[in-house]
Order: sequence, then C-alpha cells, then structure tokens
Amino acid sequence: MVFTSSIPARTSVARRAGRSGTPRWVLIGTEVLVPIVLLGLWWVSSANSTNTFFPPLQVILERLLQLVQTPTFLVDVGSSLGNLLLSFVLASVIGVLLGAALGLVPALAWFVEPTIHFFRAIPPVALVPIFVSLIGFGNETRILSITLAALFPVLISTMDGIRGTEPTLAMVSRVYRIGWFDRLVSVTLPAASPRILSGMQVSLITAFVVMIASEMLGSSTGLGAATLLAQQSFAIADMWVGILVLGVIGYATTAVFTLFRRRVLRWYLASQQQEKNA
Amino acid sequence: MTSDTLRDAPVRLSVRGLAKSYDTKRGSVPVIADLTFDVRVGEIACIVGPSGIGKTTLLKCLTGLQSISSGQALIDGRPIDGPPEEMALVFQEYTRSLMPWLTVEKNVRLPLKHLRLPAAEREERIRGALAAVGLAGAESKYPWQLSGGMQQRVAIARAIAYRPEVLVMDEPFASVDAQTRFELEDLCLRIREQFGMTIVVVTHDIDEAVYLSDRVIVLGERPARVTEIIDVDFGGARDQLTTRAVPEFAELRSEVFELIRKAG
Ligand SMILES: Nc1ncnc2c1ncn2[C@@H]1O[C@H](COP(=O)(O)OP(=O)(O)O)[C@@H](O)[C@H]1O
Ligand SMILES: [Mg+2]
Repeated sequence: MVFTSSIPARTSVARRAGRSGTPRWVLIGTEVLVPIVLLGLWWVSSANSTNTFFPPLQVILERLLQLVQTPTFLVDVGSSLGNLLLSFVLASVIGVLLGAALGLVPALAWFVEPTIHFFRAIPPVALVPIFVSLIGFGNETRILSITLAALFPVLISTMDGIRGTEPTLAMVSRVYRIGWFDRLVSVTLPAASPRILSGMQVSLITAFVVMIASEMLGSSTGLGAATLLAQQSFAIADMWVGILVLGVIGYATTAVFTLFRRRVLRWYLASQQQEKNA
Repeated sequence: MTSDTLRDAPVRLSVRGLAKSYDTKRGSVPVIADLTFDVRVGEIACIVGPSGIGKTTLLKCLTGLQSISSGQALIDGRPIDGPPEEMALVFQEYTRSLMPWLTVEKNVRLPLKHLRLPAAEREERIRGALAAVGLAGAESKYPWQLSGGMQQRVAIARAIAYRPEVLVMDEPFASVDAQTRFELEDLCLRIREQFGMTIVVVTHDIDEAVYLSDRVIVLGERPARVTEIIDVDFGGARDQLTTRAVPEFAELRSEVFELIRKAG
C-alpha cells in the first residue's frame, strides 16, 4: 500500500498568519527613529541655552568631535566597553553553567541556593565598595564587581528554566537513551533558552549600571570616572559628552542583544505568536 | 507470518504480578493491583480498558520510566529497571513530546544521533519513516506549525526510525482522521512484518484493537487487574475491508465491548 499524505502540510498561509501584524521594517525603523527624534528635540530646546549646566547640544557635539581625537578619551571608552562586554560574557558563561548544574542536581541547589539568594539581595552597586576594600582599586576589581553583579540574573533564570523543563521532554530523552551531554545541549538548554535569555537581558542592564558605578568609585580610567571628574572640575561639556557616550553604549549593547535574542528564539517567538492567533 | 508461528515465538515481554502505587501527599495510592501477561516476539498486543484505569501507568512501567511497586516486568528475561535500549515509546501527550525548537526532520533525527549509524542508513530511515506516516514534504516545518494529527504522526515517525525491537504506543491514533488512522494501522502491521517488531498499543477503539491485535488484554477493576486476555487469530496479513467483514471480527468486538463495559 502506498501512503499518500492525506493532510497537506500547512504552508505559507500559516506562516504569514503566524507573523505579527507589524512589518519588520517598521519595528526597526522605530528603534532607529526614536533616538534621532529625541536628539533633535534636545538640539532645538537647548540651542539658545545660557544655563552653564545645560549647554547647547551643538557645543556638546563639538566637544565630542575634539575628544574623540584624544587618546585618553578613546582609552576611557575602550576600557568601559571592554569591561562591560568581558564581564557580561563571563557572567553569562558562568551563570549558564552554574545555573544548569544547580538546576540539574537538586542536592547541590539545596546546599548553595540560600547563599545565592543572600548575595542576590544585596544591591549590585553596593558590592563595589566591598571589593575595593578587599582587593583594591585595580581593573580586576571592576571586572569582578560587574561580573558578580551580572551573574545572578542569568544564574537564577537558568536554574528556574531548567527546573521548569517540560517533564515529557525529559522522559523522551530517557526513552531514547540520549546521553547526558546530548541531553543537556540538545534538549535541556534549548528548552530553558527563553528564560535564560530573559535573564541575560537583565544581566546586561545590571552589568551596564555596575560598570559605571565601579568607575565612579575611586577609579581613574573609564567613561564613568571621566564623567565624574569632568563634573567635579566644572568641565560641563565634557560631562555631557560622557553621559551621551554612555547612553549610546547602553542603547547599542541592548539593541544588539535584542537582535541576538530574537534570532536565537525565533522558534519560540513564532510559536507564541501562533498560539495567540489560534 | 501465521498465528501458529506467532504462538510458538519466544516471549519478549513478560509481566509477572506487576503492581504499582503512586506516592502522593495523601499517601500511597494503588493504581495497578496485579497484572500478568506475556507478549511474544513479533506479536501485536492491544491494551484496552476504561480511562483512568492505569494503562499509561502500565506503559511507563514497561518502558522503565516508572518504578514498579511489586512483581516484575521482563524483556527477553531481563528485569526492566530503566528504559531498555530495544524499546521506543510514543507518548499519549504527543504535542508535548516533540521539541518545538527542532523541525520535523530534526525531531526524528535526534534519537538516531547516538546510534552511530552509517550516514546513508540514517538518512534513509528518516526519509522512510516520514514518508510512511505521510509527512514527506513537511520535513522543514516546526511541530507548532502542524495540526494535532500531524504532530502525532511526527512522534510515530520518530519511534519507527529508531527501529526498536519493541514499539510501545499510548493511544497513538487518537487525533488523526479516519482515513489516516486506517493507513497508520496498516503501517503497524507492515513494520511488524518487515522488522519482526513486537508492538504494544493502548487504544480506546475496540475495532482497532481487534483489527490490529494478536491478543487483546482487557484491564478492569480499580486498582487494575487483567479482566481477560483474548487471542485474535487473523494471522499477519489483514485487510481493512475483508478482515473487518468476517463474522469472527464482529464476535470478538462484541466480546471485548462487553468486557470493557463490565470493567468500567
Ligand atoms: N504521577 C502520578 N501520581 C499520582 N497519581 C497518578 C500519576 N499518574 C497517574 N496517576 C493516577 O493513576 C490513575 C491511572 O492513570 P493513567 O495510567 O494515566 O490511566 P489511563 O492511561 O488508563 O487513562 C489515575 O487515577 C491517575 O490520576
Ligand atoms: Mg492514558
């Protein structure tokens, strides 16, 4: 007997219906346009400002053009961005590995979880002075503070995500005798990935805030330090340049991460959409 | 394959005084009291019984997913105390048993990875299994893009491609349309013929049980016991039209029907 497919596969119709009503270019356009419009408003409203603490945007941008030609400024930007990215990557890797271990081994979690919740309860910024007094003012202190602060969101969401894995999928892995490593990589982590990536998003924001704080507390390098120094020495334009560049870094890293998340979780976002339409 | 050679085949699955209770907050709840039956190599056995009687629980014990409270389940004489390598299970909750982040084709491929098959054979198994359940052309779809019946067929294709010696299925044709159901029933008969697979199916469709089975195991009472084991002697070659038309078919189905009604 020949088996003919009695139900035709749902094709482009389902896929088109599965997408949200807003086209992609509108979404991306909005993300680019909104900051430009805000900058435009800033430009116009500050154009004739005589307030020393609120100079015209034009003055700030001119100062930015001068500063980007100075090595110290570039070193500051590089140091801030480098610390932010390095710490975020470290926190993500350690957080996923540790979170997976804790999610998979209940005995381990029972042992370690109270400690985790204790440290998580401390506001991340408050960790900086502790590390400064423990290991001094070096760059390692900053990386350590940022990494540790950014660790908890991704760690906890990985743990929860893995614990919340659909039990049927775990049984499928057992029935088909998929080895522990394949199970982790091909089943457990993908199943937990929506939660893991939400945690990473919070980690990124935390890392950004603690990055600035760590530079403002007794550091001489980095944008945070430069901005604070400018404010204390009444170099108001320099201060605004620092704030502006920090804003751009924060916005750009979040935007890149959002694109990454959307790419990794395409299956998840599309299936959620499908459910909503159904 | 004739029914005589089947009756002489060695026992593949042996259930001996199996009992199962679940430990819950309100103490131990007995679900299965005492089950004893055998399934021989190459046989198709259907398990029927009212819903909630413990059919899924029994299959989970047989596939090593649940521990057995007392008695034994044996495969080729070995006690089952974890998922045996020669078994595959099609879950009743088929929608939740597929990986939503993998395409249909990759879902079928996943369990084959660790079997270390030659590439050509692996690809042929995947292609063949998907074609057999009528899903050729849907390889690159995601499960959530498919209807319930199609998802169920993906789960069946995954089990078939794995080529288990014992294929266990929990209400596998529950949400497919009538035509596809007939095709999948015949697919069962064919893979039994082709690979000598032993197949255990839970079904709530009495006609299906009689059409497919070499024996129908009827469960009844709570906690569950075997009410009756009915031998079906239609042999290996069956036909949707002629087999269902013979007088014995009607007799068997009313016999099973009566037993289930009494059990419920
Ligand atoms: N994990 C479990 N813990 C406690 N009770 C369960 C569990 N799984 C099933 N049961 C109970 O066992 C009984 C049999 O369930 P099940 O095996 O799913 O029946 P069937 O498949 O025949 O419909 C039901 O009363 C159900 O509530
Ligand atoms: Mg059931």
